This record gives sequence, structure tokens and C-alpha cells, in this order.
Amino acid sequence: MDILTLFVVIPVLTITGILFVKDIKQVRIVAAIGMGIQLILAAVLVFMYLSARKAGVNDEMLFIKDYLWFKSLNIHYAIGVDGISVAMIALTSIVVFAGIFASWEVEFLTKEFFISLILLATGVFGFFISIDLFTMFLFYELAVIPMYLLIGIWGSGPKEYSAMKLTLMLMGGSALILLGLLGIYFNSAPDGGQFTFNILEISKVTIPVSAQRLFFPLTFIGFGVLGALFPFHTWSPDGHASAPTAVSMLHAGVLMKLGGYGAFRVAIFLMPEAASELNWIFIILTSISVVYGAFGAIVQKDLKYINAYSSVSHCGLVLFAVLMMNQTALNGAVIQMISHGLMTALFFALIGMIYGRTHTRIINEMGGLMKIIPFLSVAYVIAGLASLGLPGLSGFVAEMTIFVGAFQHTDTFHRVVTIVAVSSIVITAVYILRVVAILLLGPVKDEHHAHLADAKWYEKVSVITLIGSVAGIGLAPFWLSTMIGKSLQPIVNKILAAGLF
Amino acid sequence: MSSSNFLIMRHELLLTAVALIILIAEIFSDPKKKHSIISFTLILFGVITAAGFLPSPEGSMFGGMYNSTAGELLMKNILNVGVLIILIQSADWLRKDENADKIHEYFILLISTVIGMNFMISSGHFLMFYIGLELATIPIAALAAYDRYKNQSAEAGIKLIMISAFSSGILLYGLSMIYGTTGTLYFNEVADLFQNNNLQVLGFIFFFTGMAFKLSIVPFHLWTADVYEGAPINVTSYLSVISKGAAAFIFIIILFTVFPVITETWQKAIYVTAILTMTIGNLFAIRQQNLKRFLAFSSISQAGYLLLGFIGGNQLGMASVIYYILVYIFSNLGAFGVVLVISNATNKENINDYNGLYQTNPGLSLIMTLALFSLAGIPPVAGFFGKFFLFAAAAEKGFYILVLIAVLNTIISLYYYLLIVKAMFLTRSETPIEKVNSGFYTKLGLGLCVAGIFVIGFASILFEIIRNISYGI
Repeated sequence: MDILTLFVVIPVLTITGILFVKDIKQVRIVAAIGMGIQLILAAVLVFMYLSARKAGVNDEMLFIKDYLWFKSLNIHYAIGVDGISVAMIALTSIVVFAGIFASWEVEFLTKEFFISLILLATGVFGFFISIDLFTMFLFYELAVIPMYLLIGIWGSGPKEYSAMKLTLMLMGGSALILLGLLGIYFNSAPDGGQFTFNILEISKVTIPVSAQRLFFPLTFIGFGVLGALFPFHTWSPDGHASAPTAVSMLHAGVLMKLGGYGAFRVAIFLMPEAASELNWIFIILTSISVVYGAFGAIVQKDLKYINAYSSVSHCGLVLFAVLMMNQTALNGAVIQMISHGLMTALFFALIGMIYGRTHTRIINEMGGLMKIIPFLSVAYVIAGLASLGLPGLSGFVAEMTIFVGAFQHTDTFHRVVTIVAVSSIVITAVYILRVVAILLLGPVKDEHHAHLADAKWYEKVSVITLIGSVAGIGLAPFWLSTMIGKSLQPIVNKILAAGLF
Repeated sequence: MSSSNFLIMRHELLLTAVALIILIAEIFSDPKKKHSIISFTLILFGVITAAGFLPSPEGSMFGGMYNSTAGELLMKNILNVGVLIILIQSADWLRKDENADKIHEYFILLISTVIGMNFMISSGHFLMFYIGLELATIPIAALAAYDRYKNQSAEAGIKLIMISAFSSGILLYGLSMIYGTTGTLYFNEVADLFQNNNLQVLGFIFFFTGMAFKLSIVPFHLWTADVYEGAPINVTSYLSVISKGAAAFIFIIILFTVFPVITETWQKAIYVTAILTMTIGNLFAIRQQNLKRFLAFSSISQAGYLLLGFIGGNQLGMASVIYYILVYIFSNLGAFGVVLVISNATNKENINDYNGLYQTNPGLSLIMTLALFSLAGIPPVAGFFGKFFLFAAAAEKGFYILVLIAVLNTIISLYYYLLIVKAMFLTRSETPIEKVNSGFYTKLGLGLCVAGIFVIGFASILFEIIRNISYGI
């Protein structure tokens, strides 16, 4: 079996394993072992990918496997990865691994919880390895649907409402994607010949521009819903706030990235002509996402809401960068996806741990936590600093690259929106520092909090994994940049070939 | 009539033989051991279902009134499989004391309708088609009134017979116009002589309306919910999958082979009715509390999606319709199977009653969830593939707006399917339905559905077989 298919097989085997054990402890251990193997596998994949590139393999995608599935419709199970997907797979395995440890204390229907969580992860892994649009879409929907149960059963607050809202909005997005994919498929052979769902083959032809004008917006909005594109972001705050810790981590950390990844891999890459015609509409919408999300975060009182709005802002920035359609900005978009994925997972993990101790997420009801639970508090500060783009952590590299890329456009429109979007950095600093000040510093507000225990071993595993990754990217972004940059080349070439910039 | 002719009509003859054997077995069976007839029939039906898959010659009989092709054989086999599952699912229900003296009636009436459907699918002449249609409908009305001491069941029977008589009347009126203008009722001759004049189009519209009643397409759907609610659950599931499937099969054959001349006309009709059927079916389903009514409206909206396969008049369309019926049989029978088990044990049929079902009956809840996800078209279960191909068929001919409306409708449908999932998994209940112990046949029936829901999607070979026997205009 090839290494990529293993990424889908191992979660499925883990689920099967969980089905057959009884005890809660065993469930946890099986889940942790399964996702641990997945993490190691991801490291192996990164290594294999880099060594293959070093050996001078210049194919667009590596480790390609292609099995014919539905012959008459030319649907394949086709998989392959480039630097971007490898990076996303690595991100996913880190977040899932950390997520398993962050949900160590789930005691209600534990088995079902881990099964749903890993099923969700299966969908995400499958999405990133696919290069056939049909397979990709199948995995995409597979990743969305377990969310309903995860939020509905193990969530908090108005969980049934949030779960339903999130599921319906995301499935609404996927409905648009489905239509877009069908449109792409039936226009994938403009010169005659067989239609195809294969991304690499479609990218070699030019889809008729009239069709692109119809299907680019559908596809982009469809993926944009998951990427929190204004005004389709409203599922995000409610959904994230109600979700249990690991689900928030996975959802904000990884699932929202499916939106950004799909937006450039499918919408921009396959339909660059329409993208350059229509991108001004979406640039405006994403700028609104970026700024509005940041302002939204300032006024929230609930820690999870703050982070959810911050995710809207950061993921908006990913889509913003994707729409700039040049090498630097796209590079930044991918780094931002990785960086935000890790950072926000860290945030949600910490919030879950703090909530598990104080039983409140309202920031005004807490204070001085730095004195009581120093490990978690310091980790929180690190996450915050990464979020506001402090040099040395991943956020800085990502945002810097994006804004430089965006500013490379010389016309007034791009300059103005870039300046508007840059303002989010300042606003981000406001809400991050506000939380740090109220929550962590100052006197202890609630005396019941005075004897809280600091992080347990499994929480430390989760937190340290994530912090290590965030700092790793911040201090040594170059290997990531090179890996991504080379893989962006075909996409940029396709945009250039369309004669747009 | 040579022996090869027997082979051509194998399905019909075998079914008739089974019906007769049951009739005779009933006479000679010990009155105290009526239950043994259930297992006997199931085995018999299983054997003829398997025999249906043996290779068979194609051919035509009775001067072209009866045709048998590979495609029609496959359709009959699909129906047989569905009927077999329904029979298996009804076994435990038939064992109830109240049904003890009418077990064989159930089997004979049900199998007669299957014979009618087989003749209908194989017909090459409108008269044969009509006879098959009536044979497929009238016994069902008797079955709907099976619980004859329940008012609702009797009402369902009478409603069904009135509606089917009415729709048959309309259909015959249309056929008479077609006969009047072409002078023939043979499918191939009508197709040649059809000239698209006003009277013929009017005749076609009457025909369309008659079929729309059978398929419960909006605005001819009003009987559906009442009949589904009143009839016994097995009969309801039979009505919603087998009757509908058979009607869809013959409808698409006739549209593609007899009326290609007026493709544009029927495309318009289907365009409008498809939108209405999907939307109204979905919107009404949201408000239902009784699960049978709920599934009735859900099946109306499913018929709407099915029309997306008709509209293009293409090979992919026909393939996707047959494939979707196959998927739909397994998914809907899965859902009805769970409703049946619970209704048998507790007489509870409302969505509220399912609150907290997962606490006590995790297996049944999971099967129900899978079936509902398949109906909603969520991967990795079969419904996703079925819907995808239907939408692809319509998109191939450029009906993108229609596909957009359909995909938006799937979101509405997802909402109400999730309401049941919510009741089972999310809502806590003080008094959930107690643990239901189901017998061997129930488990077998549900197990077959689950296997089908998982396998049909991934087994691309099934789709390829169906695609090979399909044709476009």
C-alpha cells in the first residue's frame, strides 16, 4: 500500500480498534497510539518528500497513485501530494495528535467521541491527499458531517442550535461546491475528448471563460463558507464556542483550512481567468472578514468567542492572500494556514484546560491566573504573541509575507485594501493583550480559583507539541517556504499563462 | 409457444408459480402452524430472486406486446431484491396474533403486484402497460386496508383505490387521444407516427399526469401522506420504494422510447414539476411529527430528485435513475425497517418518541442514522453517489439552475433528517423507548439494508452494469 493511502487507512483502523475495546482508558490509548503513528507517518512523509525533491524529482505532484473507480464517468481514486499538501498533512496530524490528548478527560460516551473525532480527521487527511475532484469532495463532506454529533452531544451552551447552524451552513457551502465541480467537469474537455475530475489534467486546459464566470464564484463561495468568508462566517463563532475542546481545535485549526486550500487549489488554480476578473468582489469581502473579525473579537467576553472571531479574521486573511494571486502572497497564505492552524489549536486547547478548572470562560470572572497555573498561562501568552505576529513565532512570518505580496500590486485598489487589512494587526494586538491583562495578570479575582492544579502530563503533551511547532516555524521558516514555494510554481505559472499580471 | 419463450417470461412465470404455491400451501397447511408459511415463502422468494440473475435470452412475445431486454431484466431483478427485503422485514410483524389468519393474503397480494410491475416494465404496447399498471395497483389498495379494523387503514385503502382509479382514468384518456391520432398503441409505432400536434401533446400531458399520480409528483401528491400514514408500515415501505421504483422505470422507458419527438415539451413539464416536488416535499416534511408521514414527504422530495435524471434524456440520466432507485430501495427500507421494529414493539411512531433512543437502542439508532444520511446524500454511504450521478446527469445537459435548486433542497432535507438524528442522539429523555429485542428476520432485513447502503456506493461495478444497459434518446 502506498504511503498516502495509509493516511486514510490508519484512522479507519484506529476507529475499528476503538470499536473493539471496552474500557475508557483503552479507548484513549488506542486513539493516542493510532494518531501517534499518524504523526510519525506524517514526519516520514515530510522527510520522503524533501529527499525526493532534493534528488531532483521535479514532478508537480509526488507519490501519485491512480485507480480507476467509475469508468464511464472517468472518476478515479487519485492521490498525490505537493509541498502544500504535505505541509497541511503535517499540520493536521499535529493538531489531531494534540487534540486526542486535550480530550483525555471526555467521559461521556467516550468511545463515540473518539470515533467521531477520528472520522473527521479521516475526511481531512483524505481531502489533502486527493487530486481527483470527486474523491476530494467525498472526503470534504465526510469531514463536515461528524461535526454535528461532536458539537451536538459533547458541546456546551446552545449546542443543538450551533451544531445545526454549523452543519447546514457548511453543507450549503458544499452544495455550491458540488455544482461548481460538475461545471468544471463538464467543461474540462473544451476541445473534445473525455471529461475528467483530475486536477492536474484540468489545469492543462483552459476552461471556457464564460463557464468560469459562472463556476468560479460558486466554487469560491462554497469553499469560502468553510474559510469564514464574510458574510458566510456566522457559523464559526457559535460553532466554535459550543464545540468541545478537541473539536474546536480541529475545526479552527484544520477544517477551516480546507476552505482556503480548496479556494486556491480548485477555484483559483483551475479558473484563473474568471478569478482575476471577479476577485475584486471577494477581496472586498475578505477584507471585511479580516477587520470585522478582529473588531468582533475585541468586544467579546467569552474566551471561545474571542478566539472564534479571531479565527474569522485570520482565515479571512488566508482567503485575502489567495485572491492576490501572486507567488509571495500565496506563499504567505499557506504559511498563514499552517501557522494559524497550530496557534488556534493551541488557543482552544488552553481555553478548554482553563475552562475545565475554573468552569467559566467569561474573562471578567477570572484574574491573576498566572500566579495559580503558570504553565498554562505562559503557554497562553505564547499563543497570544504568535497570534499578534511577534517575530520569532509563526504568525509574523505568515502575515509579513502576505502583506508584502499584496502590496506588490501597484494599483490603488489593491493598495487600499491591503492597508485596510494591515490594520487588523493592531486590532489583534488590542484583543490579545486585553485578554492577557484581565485573565492572567493582576490580582486573583475569585478565591475559589486559588488552589487550581496546573497542567497534567497529557495536557502538557498536547501544549508542548503545539508550542514546539509554532516556534519551529517562527524560527526556521525557510524550509517551509522552500517546500511551499516550489509547489506554488505551477499555480503561479498557470496564472501567468492566463496573461493576467 | 416454445420452451425458450418460457425463459423470456421467466420472472413473471416464477412469480405466478410462487403465488399459486402459496395459495395451495395455505389450503393444506395445519391451521395451528400458519407461521411456517412465512419461512416457506421467504425461502421460495429468495430462490426465485436468485434465479432472476441467471442469464436469460432477450426477445419479444405476443406480437411485440411483451419485450424482454437486458435492461428490463435488471430492473425486475432490482425490484425483486427490494421485495425480498420487505418480505424479510415483515416476517416478525406477520407473526403477530392479529395477522395469523391472513398471512397468505399478504404474500399473494404482494406478489401479484410484483407480477403486474414486471409486465408493466416489459410492455411494448400501451394496453399491456395499462394492464400491468392496474395489476400493480389494485392489490396494493387491498394491502393498505390490511388492518381492516383500524379506521386509518381502511381509509388508506379507499383513498388509494379512488386515486388510482382516477389517475388511471386520466391516463387512459390520454392514451385514447394518442390512439385516435396515431391509430396504434404499440410503443415503436406510436414513436414513429408521433408528430407533435396539439392533440397528441394534450394526450401526452394526460399520460404524464397519470404517471405523476403514481410517482406522487407535486401537484399530484396529495394522497401520499394519508395513505402512507394509514397503511401498515410494510405496505407503506412497499408503496414508497417498489411501486415508485417500478413506475419510474417504465416512465423513463416510455419517455425515452415513445416520446422523443416532444422532448422539449416534457423537459419543460419535468423542469417545473421537479422543482415543485423537491421543494414542497421538503418543506412539508419539516413540519411532520409522525414518522410515516415524515417519510412520505421525504419520499415525495426524493421523487423530485429522481426527475433530474429524466430531464436530460441522456444515457447517464437513465443510468442514474436506475442506480438511484437501487440505492433508494436500500436506504428507505433501512429507515422504514427501524420504524417498523419500534412500532411493532411499542406502537410508537412519532419523532418525539425517539428521544434518547441511542441510550437504549444504539444499534437501531445507528442504522436509522445511516439510512437517513443515505437519503440525505452524505458520503460515504450510497445515497451520496446516487445523488451525485443524478445531478451530474442534469448538469451534462446544462440544467445548472435546476441542479442548483436541487442542491439547495438537499440542505433543507438534511435539516429535517438531522432532526431525527437529534432526537435519537442529542435529546435526553426520561422515558426513552425500552430496549427492543428483534428476531432473526428483522436483523437479517436490517443487516441487508446496511450492507447495501455501504456497498452499493463503492462498488462501481454496479453502476457500470447499469450504465451499460441504459440508453439515451
